[in-house]
Amino acid sequence: MNGKEVQSLTAIIVCIIAAACFPLIADGYWMSIGVTAMMYMALATSWALFSGPTHYISLATAAFFGIGGYLVGTGMSDYDLSFWLMMAISAVVATVLAALIGLATLRLSGVYFVIFTLGLAEMIRNLVSWVQNNFLGSRGLYVLTDFTDADIYWMLLTVAAAVYLLGWLINRSRLGFALRIIGNDETVARHVGINTAWSKVLLFMTTGFFAAIVGAIIAPRYSYIEPNLVFKPELSFLVVIMALLGGTHRLWGPIVGVIPFTLLWEAISISFPNYTTLLLGLAFLLIVYFIPRGLIGLIEDLVERSRA
Amino acid sequence: MNRRNFVAAAAKTVAAAGMAALLAGTALAADTIKLGAVAPKTGPLAGGSTVTHWPSIELWVKQTNDKGGLKLKDGQKMIELIEYDDKTDPGEHIKAVQRAITQDEVDFLIAPYGTGFNVAVAPIYAKYGYPQIAVTSISDLIGELTERYPGLFFTLGDTTSFVNGVKDILVKMRDDGVIGNKVAMVNVADAFGIELAEVARPIFTEAGFDIVYDKSYPLGTPDLSPVVKGAKATNPDAFVAWSYPPDTFAITEQAAIENLDVKAFYTAVATAFPAYGGKFGSKINGVLGAGGVNPDTPAIAEYRKAHKELMGQEPDYWASANTYASMQILGQAIEGVGSTDREAVTQYLKENEFDTIMGPIVFDEQVSNRFWTVGQWQDGVFRGVASSNMDGAVPVIAKSGWE
Amino acid sequence: MDIIISGLLLGGTYALMAMGLNLQYGVARIMNLANGEMLVLGALAAFTFYVSIQLSPLLTMFIVAPAAFLFNWLIYRFLLRPLVRRAKNQGQLEVDSILATFGMSFALVGVMVSIQGGYFTYSFLADPFSILGTTVALNRFIAFILAVIIGLALYLWLHRSRPGMAVRAVAVSSDASKLVGINVARVSAMAFALGGAITAVGGTLISTFITLDASIGVIFTMKALIIVIMGGVGDIRGAIIAAAILGLVETAVASLIDPGLTLAAAYLIFLLVLLFRPQGLFGRRAT
Repeated sequence: MNGKEVQSLTAIIVCIIAAACFPLIADGYWMSIGVTAMMYMALATSWALFSGPTHYISLATAAFFGIGGYLVGTGMSDYDLSFWLMMAISAVVATVLAALIGLATLRLSGVYFVIFTLGLAEMIRNLVSWVQNNFLGSRGLYVLTDFTDADIYWMLLTVAAAVYLLGWLINRSRLGFALRIIGNDETVARHVGINTAWSKVLLFMTTGFFAAIVGAIIAPRYSYIEPNLVFKPELSFLVVIMALLGGTHRLWGPIVGVIPFTLLWEAISISFPNYTTLLLGLAFLLIVYFIPRGLIGLIEDLVERSRA
Repeated sequence: MNRRNFVAAAAKTVAAAGMAALLAGTALAADTIKLGAVAPKTGPLAGGSTVTHWPSIELWVKQTNDKGGLKLKDGQKMIELIEYDDKTDPGEHIKAVQRAITQDEVDFLIAPYGTGFNVAVAPIYAKYGYPQIAVTSISDLIGELTERYPGLFFTLGDTTSFVNGVKDILVKMRDDGVIGNKVAMVNVADAFGIELAEVARPIFTEAGFDIVYDKSYPLGTPDLSPVVKGAKATNPDAFVAWSYPPDTFAITEQAAIENLDVKAFYTAVATAFPAYGGKFGSKINGVLGAGGVNPDTPAIAEYRKAHKELMGQEPDYWASANTYASMQILGQAIEGVGSTDREAVTQYLKENEFDTIMGPIVFDEQVSNRFWTVGQWQDGVFRGVASSNMDGAVPVIAKSGWE
Repeated sequence: MDIIISGLLLGGTYALMAMGLNLQYGVARIMNLANGEMLVLGALAAFTFYVSIQLSPLLTMFIVAPAAFLFNWLIYRFLLRPLVRRAKNQGQLEVDSILATFGMSFALVGVMVSIQGGYFTYSFLADPFSILGTTVALNRFIAFILAVIIGLALYLWLHRSRPGMAVRAVAVSSDASKLVGINVARVSAMAFALGGAITAVGGTLISTFITLDASIGVIFTMKALIIVIMGGVGDIRGAIIAAAILGLVETAVASLIDPGLTLAAAYLIFLLVLLFRPQGLFGRRAT
């Protein structure tokens, strides 16, 4: 480990500790914003673990997230199992599923991969509804726990921190190097002897694993689980949007995207409750036109200029 | 708080201080009761909430303010309604409720639209001590929920009474020799649809009905003709669909096209919407659905007239009236206590009877047992035919064709 | 027989959703996430005209088409063209257009909610119609016929006319088209506008038998994306055949197996097609 790496690792740890102290000073309102932001941070960073270096845009986040939320719902509501057990089960299920998807999509590239993941997420959503309807039956999936927003926040922070540290480790490893080469040119990667399939599948499994855990953690917050709400495809889109807004070529890119995004969202919701959707759309357009390289690009430009 | 927000907040504070100074001379006029309302204006549930939820709330606020506001011990106060769009997203909803409570410091909150949302925010209402008079929330877990959340009240009934309402109507029609034993049942494969079907299976079977067709369809199915064709092929005496708004319209249209000639035809949510009557006209005479009202009582007639005049649209024939009644209850409880003391208002809700457009309402273990369960379209009006403790149910008629 | 007829009718509906996006993505290279909102806009126009002045949706169509063409042309010219010019490669353009059109979809939902927050529901030609012994809804049948007409006209135009050829050339390679003197910017704008017009007309027709609301666009966007990708990018035949396959599969599954599995089965077919033909049914292998 060289000096620069020690420096960045220290910075990461300081940030995590600072984030962990947030609930101590925040009131209920800021806490609820914090939970939302932290949820997206964990999702967007884990999404970018795979999609950042490989440039494969996945829209399967909602599938993994939904598995987490739904399994916790069914397990706790219909089978009286513990939250933690269900969280573990959902993570395993999602990882296996991600492995299958990863293997199935090896031949796909570009937009075909994007829409394949979308179609897959939708298929899972419909299958789950059907299975619940015909085999499990249910009188509503209630997840009633005593978790407070702060508990959920800390759990999410743990996940986000784990994702982040893992990402940091991957970047320094052979795997990270391999992924970057895949992102630049997959054929070259194959020629230099990188097992592209294995690297991609492994990373995709990580994404699925974390998204499911996030879904499981959020379930107590929703309290009442509707399959069609936890598997909502818009979530996949939002995660992609936030990560892209931040910039995906740096590990901390998605985080830089999520925070201003959440605050902007909030500011618009407060000021124009009747035109929130319209103004959010317009704000988006402005961002795309005036901050072309994502926020991270903007920051890098500023840093460069101040140095010059 | 980022800097821009901070600047904005600071500017607001300065402006507010200025306003306060200006108004100080005109005394307490600016003193209002703040009501927070969070519900969908966009997203999947928006189509329903813009019919059932929002207009009734706005109507009540407008009427109350036109009368000069609510009478408290320290004078009459106007109501300030603070609305937020939750985009039909639970996370967004929770955020907005927290915002209303801690930033806007609302005095009371109006319960959300939809079962899931009511359950999701119950812990927050409870934590801050806000009473929650839930309307559009139907659940079989009412007992456990009210025990857990002492400020949570239910007004629209539970799943089992809903299904029982339908069963009673079918049994009555069978006893009268109108229909036989064969019931075709379909449901939308989403939370409430699944729950209703699950509850209905044993209840229908126990009542001696033979469920000859029992299928679900996914939310957002673009073509329901195979479902209706499948049900028709089993030659049922009664057809029951535990459906949601968009598919309620689609199933009915398809049934008319296929000429699914049953004497009892039931679709669930949205059958009570005026748009349903508007779309199908006389074709749907005799269609049964969730909800119902007694439009002949003076209170309801007056409410419907005012709704149309002031909101520019008709209320639905079901939960619109309950929503309005829940506002009346909240208003009367606040006036009864004479202040915005939330704990006292919650207590008052538990101990008193309220005079609403739905008649007198009391809460027994935080649950009101006065609600309609089944309605029927009869000559252009959706009238209640089965209820829990409501007066004025009309006799059910047999459906005869789709003309 | 029932299944084939109902299935084809549903396929016609799907074709209406997807043909426009196919042009927009295949030619103008814009992954348009606001496609569904454009469709809902067409439906909103039909609903508004029908309930206010009883104008038949079949006439509204002729107002919607030019209006949507112009609107989409303006969108492309002023909002998307700068992105195309700025993008260094296809990947960059894809990211930018995803972000921009996602923003547009939000903005359009916002506008439509303020016009009509409830359901767009009305009754138009909801009469039984018998065809080869199968009863179908007349409104669905008319939409199907129009889908066939639009699809056919589009195909002939693309394959028999000079401007159509230019469009196809740009779909194959915009760089090479430039070299042979095609005004790529103009052709792209036209393809995008035409695609938007077809989608909006599709919405007008679909609104006669499906109940829509202001926020429902995303569902149509997703379905259209699936169909376009399944058919193969940039080939109109692909979209039409994919639409027909999905329609038939959904109806067959609903009638023979379980209506609860219709959508799951449709997505399964889509996944299988991509597994065996990663470039879609009619797509060209990526170079």
